[in-house]
Amino acid sequence: MLRVSLRHRAPDLEVDFQAPGGITALFGPSGAGKTSVLRAVAGLLTPEQGRIEAGDLLFDHSARVNLPPSRRRIGYVFQEPRLFPHLSVAQNLRYGSRFAAPGTVPDAARLIELLGLGPLLARGIAGLSGGEAQRVAIGRAILSGARLLALDEPMAALDAPRRAEIMTYLEALRDETGLPMLLVSHALEEVIRLASTLVLMEGGRVRRAGPLADLLADPALVPAFGVREAGALLHVVVTGADPDGLTRVQAKAGPLFLPHPAAMGAALRLRVRAADVTLAVTRPEGLSALNILPATVTRLLPDAEGPGGTVLLDCAGAALMARVTGRSVAALGLAPGRPVWAVIKALSVAA
Amino acid sequence: MTDWLPPEALVALALSLRVSLWATVLSLPFGVAVAWLLARRRFPGHGVLNGLVHLPLILPPVVTGYLLLIAFGRRGVIGQWLHEVLGLTLAFRWTGAVLAAAVMAFPLLVRAIRLSFEAVDPKLEEAAATLGASRLAVFATVTLPLILPGVLAGAVLAFAKAMGEFGATITFVANIPGETQTLPTAIYTFLQVPGGDATALRLVLLSVLVAMAALGLSEWLARRVARRVRGL
Repeated sequence: MLRVSLRHRAPDLEVDFQAPGGITALFGPSGAGKTSVLRAVAGLLTPEQGRIEAGDLLFDHSARVNLPPSRRRIGYVFQEPRLFPHLSVAQNLRYGSRFAAPGTVPDAARLIELLGLGPLLARGIAGLSGGEAQRVAIGRAILSGARLLALDEPMAALDAPRRAEIMTYLEALRDETGLPMLLVSHALEEVIRLASTLVLMEGGRVRRAGPLADLLADPALVPAFGVREAGALLHVVVTGADPDGLTRVQAKAGPLFLPHPAAMGAALRLRVRAADVTLAVTRPEGLSALNILPATVTRLLPDAEGPGGTVLLDCAGAALMARVTGRSVAALGLAPGRPVWAVIKALSVAA
Repeated sequence: MTDWLPPEALVALALSLRVSLWATVLSLPFGVAVAWLLARRRFPGHGVLNGLVHLPLILPPVVTGYLLLIAFGRRGVIGQWLHEVLGLTLAFRWTGAVLAAAVMAFPLLVRAIRLSFEAVDPKLEEAAATLGASRLAVFATVTLPLILPGVLAGAVLAFAKAMGEFGATITFVANIPGETQTLPTAIYTFLQVPGGDATALRLVLLSVLVAMAALGLSEWLARRVARRVRGL
């Protein structure tokens, strides 16, 4: 469990949150102070006040504890790989292990396999592609005996295919090593795919922190994620594959169809954007949309500005959100307790 | 060789090589330390230190030699202490020639090493620290290996400069054959005596060769630094 509480003036920070394990994302616009928090955890920035705990006490201003970065065991992956140019890939990977306490460094062979680094070991670092270099940097950080991986927008400098590749590797690491990670990102797509806990930052403050699904489904946070991006996560299980390529999945509220294949029996998190949900008061017919679920309106939340608003729905226990205009709310007579049909225009797999 | 160069000239050449080698080796650790301070630290007196290091480059060498004589002469503030406490005499000895050569070559040494320090990205050192390396370990495993060719380039340049030092040496330790008569002061002596021109010219040729070789080697090493920090 990582506990962070700190205050600083330049840059202006006043931050308090806990990261229970798994991947915790520090999410927010640029200039929100995400990287500064990460640097403070790693000891690269000394806050004026506060306390940072990650298993051991790393920093406590009032107790005058301030471990240097070299003794914090925070594996830091920077935006740029920062590999040592005078060392080979294998030497870069081994670099941190000589400083690590016995028993803290994980099995190198397994990690090299997991990150697909085998064919690169004998190479110098000059010829590596951006994605390869970043994978070496991730491996190097873990092999230093890190207790926590600090990822500072490690995919920001990569193109979309490389970004997807690194995300796949990070998922594998998350699921196989159980190493806690703190991920700084301003790409919601990365956060939704990787993180289980979200710390939403704005202007050097934590706006909200908690389980990712709760925050995504919170209508008050719609502006923070962007109107296009806000939405809910539905937990489903894959139940079958149809010959036309559609995959049948079962949500609590009913069956749904996914437009791409998935492994039988797999548990998936589906992302349902609020903007992709249409409401109807009677079960619609003659509609191209395949995914229609019964739901009940629980809250109406008009936007502070403009004609739009968010309708919060209960879908057999799962919270869904729909973006509608005030005019439609009036026309359909939407009010808390009203049963409706939620028409889902698009579904995507979050993880 | 003895036909080509008279014995006094050979003695001067050997002394020059010895003086320059000692001057280079002894000033190297100080050169690295001062270059690191100037490249990586900001402190009050940064400009003063920078000026002081470069002073011998700008002052007339005779002034530097005279200042050395005042400070390190037998009656000088430091010279007297060295003589009484350590039994070390510098004035009019070959050891003094080492000091004069080292002081005169120091700006070149520091300049070359400082440039290589500045070519190393501090972000690499930061990354090394997060991987568990203490400050000293960062320096030994990242910074030093990356700047090593630059340190060598500076050393070669300093050696060449020491080989050619004249003004400060002759002022501080005079021109005593077998003790303080180096290659340049020997050339000066041969030019003063009738019939010495041919020997002087041969020594001039040697000087030019040493200087050119050192410059070439230094350039090559400096290019190695540039390649090394890019991982080639």
